Amino acid sequence: MERIRYAIEARGIQKSFGGTEVLKGIDLQVERGTVYALLGPNGAGKTTLVHILSTLLRPDGGEARVFGLDVVQSSDAVRRHIGLTGQFAAVDESLSGRENLMLFSRLLGYRKRDAAARAEEWLDVFGLSDAAGKQAGTYSGGMRRRLDIAAAMLVKPELLFLDEPTTGLDPRSRNEVWDIVRLLTERGTTVLLTTQYLEEADRLSDRIAVIHEGVVIAEGTPAELKASVGSGTVRVQLARKEQRGDAAMAMRQVLGAAARQDADPAVLTAPALDPKLAARLLLELSQAGIEVEQFSLGQPSLDEVFLSLTGQKNEVLFESKEVQSS
Amino acid sequence: MSTTESKLMLALNAGETPRRPHALHAIAAFVWRSWRGTLKMLHYLAIDVLIFPVIFLLIFTYLFGGAISGGTGAYLQYLLPGMLVYTVTSMTVYIGIGIKNDIDRGVFNRFRTLPFWQPAAIIGTMLIQLLTYTSALITTILLGMALGFRPEAGIIGVLSGLIFVVLYAFCLSWLFAFIGVIAKKVESITSMTYIVLYPLLFTSNVFVDTSTMPDWLGPIIAWNPISLASTAARGLMHGSASFGDLASALAVMAVFALVFAPLTFRAYRRKGSQ
Repeated sequence: MERIRYAIEARGIQKSFGGTEVLKGIDLQVERGTVYALLGPNGAGKTTLVHILSTLLRPDGGEARVFGLDVVQSSDAVRRHIGLTGQFAAVDESLSGRENLMLFSRLLGYRKRDAAARAEEWLDVFGLSDAAGKQAGTYSGGMRRRLDIAAAMLVKPELLFLDEPTTGLDPRSRNEVWDIVRLLTERGTTVLLTTQYLEEADRLSDRIAVIHEGVVIAEGTPAELKASVGSGTVRVQLARKEQRGDAAMAMRQVLGAAARQDADPAVLTAPALDPKLAARLLLELSQAGIEVEQFSLGQPSLDEVFLSLTGQKNEVLFESKEVQSS
Repeated sequence: MSTTESKLMLALNAGETPRRPHALHAIAAFVWRSWRGTLKMLHYLAIDVLIFPVIFLLIFTYLFGGAISGGTGAYLQYLLPGMLVYTVTSMTVYIGIGIKNDIDRGVFNRFRTLPFWQPAAIIGTMLIQLLTYTSALITTILLGMALGFRPEAGIIGVLSGLIFVVLYAFCLSWLFAFIGVIAKKVESITSMTYIVLYPLLFTSNVFVDTSTMPDWLGPIIAWNPISLASTAARGLMHGSASFGDLASALAVMAVFALVFAPLTFRAYRRKGSQ
């Protein structure tokens, strides 16, 4: 295939289900060889968009091309280039891991013996060789997800769709999935992933589209998105958490913005529009006799970006809360 | 380079990506899948192909035989071919449940992203079902023979009857395949069995000769598709089949297959892509 710059080009994608508009005109451009994250809360329309781009759903309006091929007109050709893993692992639970990969290999056109060889290779890559003979239904969540990604990789996709690849996984399995994604992208696979975890988008992706209620509300690199919020963040770690009330008051006075409390009760964060203000805050804190263990000025977290974009609080996305002044 | 990375390189570079599989190749893959799946469910299979046929044949022969025909021996001659039709009819619902389960579980989405001829998923599964039907039929015939069933057309009669009933099951399966694709829940497929199949089974001539029924009722019962199939099976096994019996049964079966197979494929392709 000739070199086409974009793995995905979508314009004005619309989709409704029974009168409810799920996608309201989505534009998307994903450059070949990059990791692109669709970030948004549950119900934002991420999965619907992935299903349209992976030929499972027809859009009601707009058009989408994968490597220059129209997803509706040339769906069979598109399928030769893509792999999909869904939110729910798409494997046959009554078959063993090995049998699953053999079945999918044969459906790709491999002869029986080649299908068996492909199955063994991919089981090995994903560390499933020991469990190869066990029924997939007995696998743990992490194993099932790895089997699912292995099944998606059989086609050697140039574009891999990962729909919430780490939802419901424990931290160790999540890290395994992340390692796999990094490894694949190093090998040149383009990845489109959806996630509701900002950390995941931040760590893995080259670009992010923030989707909210069927619309892309922001798009850019993680750094651009953070910069678009327009301020840095001051993070203060106190030696004694009892002093956080005083510290919060000083931060409000100097920075002119309310401090937020982190999951760690000794940590406070607040937006700082100007680095000079941060310097003044440090001085103020030491004059007030507040012991500071760590003090940093950095970019805002994606949580803050998301909140400022949607103007909405979301329990899953946002864990810190405002300090109650006592 | 880490070992995982080198394994990944190996896997990515191994083998030419093959061409789109031939339709027969895809069907063979699904036959293999159903076969592996069936082997893991042997205990369920045993119930369907051994226990149910035996229990029902014994019940109808010994409990009802005397009352219906005045003797178990004579009744078995009449009952057994119809019993074959009865056995497979109640089993055809499984194809619907199997398809619905695939759709409900994510594996359906995986199939749909693979570039093979999609109807293979249904046809391959159905072919293995036919094997199950055949096993249940053989159980019924063997037990029947042991109880005194004597097909007047001999071995040819038994074989042609068997092939006919399997063909009947294949055609009827398309009805449940279609229901399996369009059903909202697995439960609604099972309830179809009670709402549609059982009334049809008992208003047929499987158990009772229509000549014993009131004049207005007999002809109606005789046109029930299950009656048509039973009459044809009976005729084949006892060598008394008329051309009309066979032709009308085959015509009804052809209608089932020709109407519901295309509808099934169409609904399957459209599933989820409305």
